[in-house]
Order: sequence, then C-alpha cells, then structure tokens
Amino acid sequence: MTIPVQATALVELKAVNKHYGPLHVLQDINLQVKKGEVVVVIGPSGSGKSTLCRTINRLETIDDGSITIEGAELPKEGKGLAALRADVGMVFQSFNLFAHKTILENVTLGPIKVKGASKADADKQALALLERVGVGHQAAKLPAQLSGGQQQRVAIARALAMKPKVMLFDEPTSALDPEMINEVLDVMVELAKEGMTMVVVTHEMGFARKAADRVVFMADGQIVEEATPDEFFTNPQSDRAKDFLSKILTNG
Amino acid sequence: MNVLIDNSELFVTGFKNTGILFVISAFFALILGTIVAGMRVSPAPAMRAAGTLYVNAVRNTPLTLILAFFALGYPKLGLPEISFMTAAIVGLSLYTATYVSEAIRSGINTVAVGQSEAARAIGLPFMQTLTLIVLPQAFRSVLPPLFSVFIALLKNTTVAAGFSVFEAGAIRAYLSERGEPLLPGLLWVALIFVLLVLGILTPLQRYLEKKWRVAR
Repeated sequence: MTIPVQATALVELKAVNKHYGPLHVLQDINLQVKKGEVVVVIGPSGSGKSTLCRTINRLETIDDGSITIEGAELPKEGKGLAALRADVGMVFQSFNLFAHKTILENVTLGPIKVKGASKADADKQALALLERVGVGHQAAKLPAQLSGGQQQRVAIARALAMKPKVMLFDEPTSALDPEMINEVLDVMVELAKEGMTMVVVTHEMGFARKAADRVVFMADGQIVEEATPDEFFTNPQSDRAKDFLSKILTNG
Repeated sequence: MNVLIDNSELFVTGFKNTGILFVISAFFALILGTIVAGMRVSPAPAMRAAGTLYVNAVRNTPLTLILAFFALGYPKLGLPEISFMTAAIVGLSLYTATYVSEAIRSGINTVAVGQSEAARAIGLPFMQTLTLIVLPQAFRSVLPPLFSVFIALLKNTTVAAGFSVFEAGAIRAYLSERGEPLLPGLLWVALIFVLLVLGILTPLQRYLEKKWRVAR
C-alpha cells in the first residue's frame, strides 16, 4: 500500500541508514511527512522507531542518507543545528523537565534564551500554554512536585512555546501510570486537530485510530508498511504487521 | 595561652595571609576548574584533549614542585615580576583547579542525559546547555567533595611558607626564633585551622546543601 507522494514534504528522510555497532538499527528508511500531517510510528520494541524519531532533530546522528526539513538538509552541528532544533519540538518518554527550574521557567527558558523574547512576553505566552494543557495553576512548582501526566503536559507546553514547525513525540505515554495516559493523549489529539505536523512514536493504538493521518509500521529497522489507520488496523498487508496486531489487540 | 597572647601579631598576620591565599585561590580554582570540567565534556576533541592533559599533568605533580616553579623558576623566565604571594596564589589556584574540575565532572555525570537532550531539543547550543541546565544541577550534587577540595586547599596554603610567604605555616619558625616552646605554638596553629573549617567552611557547606536541595 503506497501513499501518493506530494512535493511539499515538511520532513523528508531519504535512504537513511544507521548502525549501533553490528546492529543495523535503521535500514534504508524513506519517509515523508507533509505539513499538517500526523504520522504515527508503531512497531515492536527494538524496531528502531524511537531512533527514527530522534534522528529528525539529530539527537541521533545517521550513517548515510539524508534528512531534510522544508527542503534544507539538517546541519551537522553548531549554531545551525541549534537553530533547527528550535523549530522542531520534541517530547520525550521520560518528560525530561529541567529539574532545578520551576514549571514556568521550564516553558519560558527557550523563548527567552533562544528566541530573545522578553521575560514578560515569555511569561504571558507560557501561562497561556500551561492553561491550555491544564496545568496553569502549577506554574510556580518544581517538576518533581507534579504527577507524570502533568509533567508530560508541561513538556508539551515547553515544546509548543518555541512555535515549532513539527512536533516529535517519542513514546510520550510509555512512562505514565495508566490513569494518566488519556490526559496526555487528549492534549495531543487537540494539537492534531489544530493542524500541527506531528510524528508520534507510540503504543497507543487508540490514538493512532483517532488522530493519525497515516500509520507507519516498523520492524527490525525497516519500514514494513505504511497505510491509513483504517486500512492498517482492518487489513494489514504484511505478516509482521498481522503478527504484531494480533499480539496487541487480543490484549485489549 | 601565653604563646598565643605574647605573639598575637604573628598569629594575626599569619592567618590573615592564609585567609588571603585561601579566598583568592579558591575563587580562581572554582572558575578555572569549572571551565576545565566544561572542556572535558565538550563535543570538540581538541578541547577535551587540552582539559585532560592539564588535569593529568598538574594533578600528578606535587604541590611543592608547582609552588617551587612559580617562586623560583618563574622569575628566571624574564616575564613580569610577581610577588611571592602572587606566585603562591597562582600555583595554588592551578593545582586546586584540577581537583575542582574532577569533582564537577563527576557531578556532570550524575545529571541525567535527558536533561541535556531536552535542552538541546529546544535549541540551546552546547555552552548554554552546560551553563543553564547541566552545571547548576551538577554543582548541587558535588557540594560535599567540592568542600573537601576547599578544606584541602586551606591546609595546602601552609606549603607556601616554604616559599617566602608569611602565612600560618610560617608561624612556627618565627616562634622558634623568639625562643618560644614549639609544641604549644604548633597546637595553637592546628586548633585555629580546625576552628576555621568547623566555624566557616562546614556551616557554609551545610547552608548551600540545604538551599540548593532539589527534588528529583
């Protein structure tokens, strides 16, 4: 099953390869993400999906191939790379809020230090974002004083404060207690509805069905299948995908 | 008690100079040590190599040799003249900075890698990731070893007595000249050192540990 390719890819990976020692963790990956598209990457653990997500803002380097954002190749290092990262929001599995800074400071740090915003403007924007993700009243606390679900919503606000062109989510709900998963997914579904371009690595099939424009299924470092959520979940083509779906869907 | 009172001006001047040596050397050692620790975790291989070379070379050299170099060798290099006091401060700072650097580097290693990844992900370059996110957290976790380094520095200042600096370590020699008994004089010097550590450095450490305690 192929998706028609459009010329206006916001993120494009071409023939990307990466090795960890003898392990060929990304094998000839080709992927396009259009503006406004929500791409959900699923697959068994060790399939390379997190690595794939992390190469898009070069937290992981690649061995060969090319990754472009708005047609421009990712800078290798230095100021260019930092500037690019400011335009690519990232949400981590383990939240990674700055432990020594308050919730408000976590969200204002990027706008103030990277974009040169005034403290007053940054505070105003941050409070609005925190309000939007439902943790406005926690602004003065430290990250450790918040629940996991609250921390992850702050992490989303921190990424949004940079007004990113694309948001990367690396298993955003995998470290959360079950009752907190939905509060984070709800924020993500809202974002998707508002037209944010998103690449989401997740095990949440419900989110994929609800919000994804396209599901990318990875196994053993390769993209095995790409389809709309409906096609993928009702009529998977590859044996690997059928096998994977049978394992996770029987468990609820 | 008589030894102390009869020779109070010796003790006052000696410990005043010890204080000057300590405060200025600690200040420069902290700054230099932080810079060197930053170099050792830098993405640039040349910076890492320079930092490692400095720490290995200076840390493995006896302090006496380093002070001897600045007091006796340096004046022969034809460079601007410096006082024995300045020479001792330079030597103590360079020597102590290597220990500060290693203490801070071990602190940097305790900061979760996700912290710097998150900093880089919002577009902070290496220097700001280090100074805004990693170092503030690293400092908190290394206060105990860092204070050990500074307590060692306080006592190491007495080595400067061997290189014409009149500080606490030199008090004994002056007392002998005046025909005072040796042991009481030495005990008074030792006691004042203990009081300086227990009275100033230890409370400061406790205060900072409390102030900077961070829940993780």
